[in-house]
Amino acid sequence: MSNWAISINNLGKRYRIRHETERPQYVALRDVIADRAKRLFRTPGSTRPTSEDFWALKNVSFEIKHGEMVGIIGRNGAGKSTLLKLLSRITEPTSGRIRLRGRVASLLEVGTGFHPELTGRENIFLNGAILGMTRAEIRQKFDEIVDFAEISNFLDTPVKRYSNGMYVRLAFAVAAHLEPEILLVDEVLAVGDAAFQRKCMGKMGQVAHQGRTILFVSHNMGAIETLTQRAVVLERGQVAFQGSTAEAIRTYVRLNSECVEVDVGSLARTGSERVRLRRVYAADEAGEPTNMVASGGPLKVVLEYDGDRDRACENVSFGISFHDAAGQTVAIHYTDYAGEPFAKLPVPGAVAFRLSELPLKTGRYYIGARVLVNGVEADWPRGNVGYFDVEVGDFYGNGRGFHSGIATFLLRGEWLVHEPSMSQREA
Amino acid sequence: MDEIVIEAGRSGTQYWKDLWRYRELFYFLAWRDFLVRYKQTIIGIAWALVRPLLSMVVFTIVFGKIANLPSEGTAPYCILVYAAMLPWQFFSTALTESSNSLIANPNLVSKIYFPRLIVPVSAVITSFADFLISCAILVVMMGWYQFWPDWRLVSLPLFLALASGVAIGSGLWLCALNVKYRDFRYIVPFIVQFGLYVSPVGFSSSLVPDTWRLAYSLNPMVGVIDGFRWALLRGQAQLYWPGLLASVALTAMLCVSGIWYFRKVESSFADMI
Repeated sequence: MSNWAISINNLGKRYRIRHETERPQYVALRDVIADRAKRLFRTPGSTRPTSEDFWALKNVSFEIKHGEMVGIIGRNGAGKSTLLKLLSRITEPTSGRIRLRGRVASLLEVGTGFHPELTGRENIFLNGAILGMTRAEIRQKFDEIVDFAEISNFLDTPVKRYSNGMYVRLAFAVAAHLEPEILLVDEVLAVGDAAFQRKCMGKMGQVAHQGRTILFVSHNMGAIETLTQRAVVLERGQVAFQGSTAEAIRTYVRLNSECVEVDVGSLARTGSERVRLRRVYAADEAGEPTNMVASGGPLKVVLEYDGDRDRACENVSFGISFHDAAGQTVAIHYTDYAGEPFAKLPVPGAVAFRLSELPLKTGRYYIGARVLVNGVEADWPRGNVGYFDVEVGDFYGNGRGFHSGIATFLLRGEWLVHEPSMSQREA
Repeated sequence: MDEIVIEAGRSGTQYWKDLWRYRELFYFLAWRDFLVRYKQTIIGIAWALVRPLLSMVVFTIVFGKIANLPSEGTAPYCILVYAAMLPWQFFSTALTESSNSLIANPNLVSKIYFPRLIVPVSAVITSFADFLISCAILVVMMGWYQFWPDWRLVSLPLFLALASGVAIGSGLWLCALNVKYRDFRYIVPFIVQFGLYVSPVGFSSSLVPDTWRLAYSLNPMVGVIDGFRWALLRGQAQLYWPGLLASVALTAMLCVSGIWYFRKVESSFADMI
């Protein structure tokens, strides 16, 4: 008898979408008259609707064990919220079956049922009751909730006078004190400032350690990486992957990379143009253009070029630079820093710089590029010639993703116990 | 640990268990609506008194003095009217509020789970609270005319239950229909307005000719109002038994069918709201 808390089998949800489509043009007068006559009986502006089947979820199956914390990731429209709605019994499945063991509480929206005219105190009771707590439970946890929300001065003012931050803190505070066996959370951490988000993550982590089963939907890969051990990737209503969180994030990144390229040819530039850059893009191991790479993962920067003469060229030096979103230059690397790898290069052609472990934190980095021939500048397109987004990845190789927050670089080194030298000891 | 199975078309016994588990929500939603109604008003709960009082005054003048319709026996006309006004206001408020209750709380329907039956029923409970407050005026009026009810008063709770049944039954139907067909938002005020004149609120139902009496009783509120008058007017009002039985039967059917229809379409509310 397996230890599952949630068991989903072949789940499907179909919606019927009605289209108010335009009728095709009529040629026969008889048809035009008939059409006009029928139109008299319709409400203005409506035409014959057609309906289409839209499967928000199809053939979804997976199991979640007791005490597991699982992330659900996917693009917008992949079916994540629909899945949570089905698990919460808000809507009924079209096919398939879900089995749940334990009390379920779902957080699909912060502040469900809050009424702006009621005071904070009244809303705590109301919201708590709507979420499934009994009056006794709420009274017992009342002080904790007020402390977590930090609104003890404003308990008796109507909620419509609260600032957005206070509102969200209060709403989350009530929800955070639910004690279900199974908790479903849908991107509610997307609201609020950084301090609040840290608090919420902390609380979620606490809840997870108490042995509850948590299903967490988010677009915030950092949160998913920190809080969950397993993740399911949904793509267009179907399960694209389920397994370790790091692998799931890589799958998600891979599924979502369409490369946006800058038109290098049209940028203002300086240089002799003996060698001209045509395309610059970030790529994965296989050389496929991508805008998303994982921190700690492999990165290739490909520079495609041509020149004013279709003849091989000697003494070519390429340089690339990375700039963060604030415009700071994070790194510069020329081909001759580590020795000259290219004796002679064909024109036109392409070169690539390969990094096996990208030591950058998450964020967007812009690429700059420059070419020198015989030490003389051949081409320097101004501005960014490309960009890539670094997603959370397993830089330290310990199965846990890492995102440092503020600092740009991830260092690789070791910690050891330090013995002070002889001279220091004597002093 | 109990296991819940979620499948298309199956909800069955789990629903009634949930209704019991979420029973406190009946109170909380009713409490919320009640509080909100009178927040930021100056005279607050007094509004619950003003409405029936003013209607009673107008009806007494129009039907009693101007149209000169007869009262029941020796009962003062205004008490006759008020005895009907009470259940009628209860019914009309309950119907209006409960038919709109789900539409007015779309995020409760689409973001959280609890048995949706609680929403329209709690609207009826809020109207009941208003009803209790309005009873205060009746007591004052009876004191003024020194026209106190006799032993028949004990039957009042039964008629009250009947009124609640009509309110809940029709409320459930309209609430469920309103989610899919928004036309009902306009139909309900019309029913209420029409019903106010068709039901024997401003006049006594004994004015209706005998041949039409039974057909007239197909309006379930006729039975309720007659019952209220019988209980309160110290025997001055007569009870038309066939009409009352028709009312009871109709109300029972309304309630049962209302619950059945509501349950049937409930699973699609979140998709339609």
